[in-house]
Amino acid sequence: MSELFGAPETTAHPHVEPPEEKEPLGVFFWICVGWIGLNLFGAIFANVLPLQNPLYQNYTSINAGPSLHHLFGTDDIGRDIFSRVVYGSRISITAGIGAMIIGFGVGAPLGMLTAYRRGRFDTMVTTVMYALLAFPGIVATIAVLSFWVPRDLFKIIVVIGVASIPIIYRIIRAATLSVASRDFVVAAKVQGASDRRILFKELLPNVAPVLISFLLIGVATVVTIEGALAFLGLSVNPPTPSWGNMINEARTIMAQNPWLVIFPSVAICLFLLSLNFIGDRLRTHFDVAEVKL
Amino acid sequence: MLRYVSRRLIQLLGIVFVISVGSFYLIHLLPGNPAVVILGNAYNPITKAALYKQLGLNRPVIEQYFIWMGHVLHGNLGTSFISRVSVVSTIRAALPIDVELIILSQILALFIAIPLAMVSARKPDGPVDRLLSAGSFTLLSVPPFIVIVLLVLLVSIKIGLANTGPSAYVPLATNWLANLESLSLAAITIAIGSFTLYFRVLRSDLIATMQEEFITMARSKGLSRRRIMWRHAFRPSSVTLLGSASVSIGGLLAALFVVQYLLAIPGLGYELIAAINTSDYLLVQGIVFVVSVAVVIINFIFDFIINIVDPRISRE
Repeated sequence: MSELFGAPETTAHPHVEPPEEKEPLGVFFWICVGWIGLNLFGAIFANVLPLQNPLYQNYTSINAGPSLHHLFGTDDIGRDIFSRVVYGSRISITAGIGAMIIGFGVGAPLGMLTAYRRGRFDTMVTTVMYALLAFPGIVATIAVLSFWVPRDLFKIIVVIGVASIPIIYRIIRAATLSVASRDFVVAAKVQGASDRRILFKELLPNVAPVLISFLLIGVATVVTIEGALAFLGLSVNPPTPSWGNMINEARTIMAQNPWLVIFPSVAICLFLLSLNFIGDRLRTHFDVAEVKL
Repeated sequence: MLRYVSRRLIQLLGIVFVISVGSFYLIHLLPGNPAVVILGNAYNPITKAALYKQLGLNRPVIEQYFIWMGHVLHGNLGTSFISRVSVVSTIRAALPIDVELIILSQILALFIAIPLAMVSARKPDGPVDRLLSAGSFTLLSVPPFIVIVLLVLLVSIKIGLANTGPSAYVPLATNWLANLESLSLAAITIAIGSFTLYFRVLRSDLIATMQEEFITMARSKGLSRRRIMWRHAFRPSSVTLLGSASVSIGGLLAALFVVQYLLAIPGLGYELIAAINTSDYLLVQGIVFVVSVAVVIINFIFDFIINIVDPRISRE
């Protein structure tokens, strides 16, 4: 499912010796981290926070613009948009994190193991994974979701997560390969270290930067996919708000009430921008170079 | 080379087989008796008998697969019990629209991405490069379903340009100019997604190539900047561009589906979502199968082209 990651394939160039001084991560990086933190906080504590009920329909204020009482205004049946945007983040964030737990949970250990062991097992798994990469994951996702009814968030997470395994496998395997033949790994082997020790103590710390930056970019990609699915009516059913289905519901009345489209759109764009930026910044920070295909 | 191609061909056949099994098995994911769900309102003893015959539902699953595969090899993907139209004819009517949209959007994306990447690569980290990189990075974070909604809001509603709004699709045969108008917003949306990828890939690749010795050599020969860029630097980088184009095909499809759905452009994406919404499962199955196989074959062709341009790859 190569479309999961817009970024080209990369590989790790681990440091032989720790670099003397690194460029600081920058103010914008920490603003992005803060923004993601704020989003996570809102998503986790949405029920506890003093928000209005996202499903409550107040017919006395319909299509109201932003005001002090309704920060982002109200929609066509008088629901508070701010509260719906915050509750909507729950679906997107849960989908993003859940799918990546499945994708990295299977793809990363498998990629590390095959890159370390090599041999026939590696050839077999890699051939299968590369063949699967040619397969359009988005079509498979839509297909499975349209037949595996009724749809719910759990199924969406499973389908996207499974579809993301091949690309994650490829990235992690490439990253591990570039480390596995280095002197310190050979030295550890010669000293008689166990496979488990080499995998966890020698390889993992060197693969971790790649893993973390792609994990973040992966979450951003899944949020985009979930948004597109919700937009197409293939994610959680209304009235449960999600960023994607809010935009989808709002598009029919966007001539009368453009706020309804704009606020969830801005929310999703800022979230994606922050995640992509953090991921990209970490990648350059850890000196993970982009290489040719 | 021949060995490489034959190995890839076997891989291609393998993956097409997997796709066929997957597409076939989809209807068994349906809860309950597939006949009841597939027929929906059209359920009665006569249609039920027809469907059982068409799909061989009272046979074992493996036999059903061979029945289905036999139909497919004869170019028959079944007849929808909802619309009473054969799946193949629906696909045949919709496919040209997708092809047109893809061609339009890719021309647009490359037309913008290539010159901008060259400008960027001329002075890496200069003000122009920083601006363009930041711009493309921002665009990367705007999903297609937001781009298209905002474009419709701005162009069709606020400015009120004719033939651009939802359901304004005009077939190519009727009026080609109106057809282009009705596809313009869709093409722009898809192009933006492709542009960000092409620009980023090409830019970093060109920067790397410009450090190579043969470029210094070309410079010292006194060749013009433009000639160096196009003849010496862009040529090797175009392989990377081709590779990223085939990798990004999934993202392209997602954008394609979204814009067709919103603007009611009757391509395969629109038909697919419409079929899902009317529970027309046989049509969904047919479209899924055709699109998947098409993508895998396109990937194969891309691979082949890349190999001709850069034979080193097949030796790896």
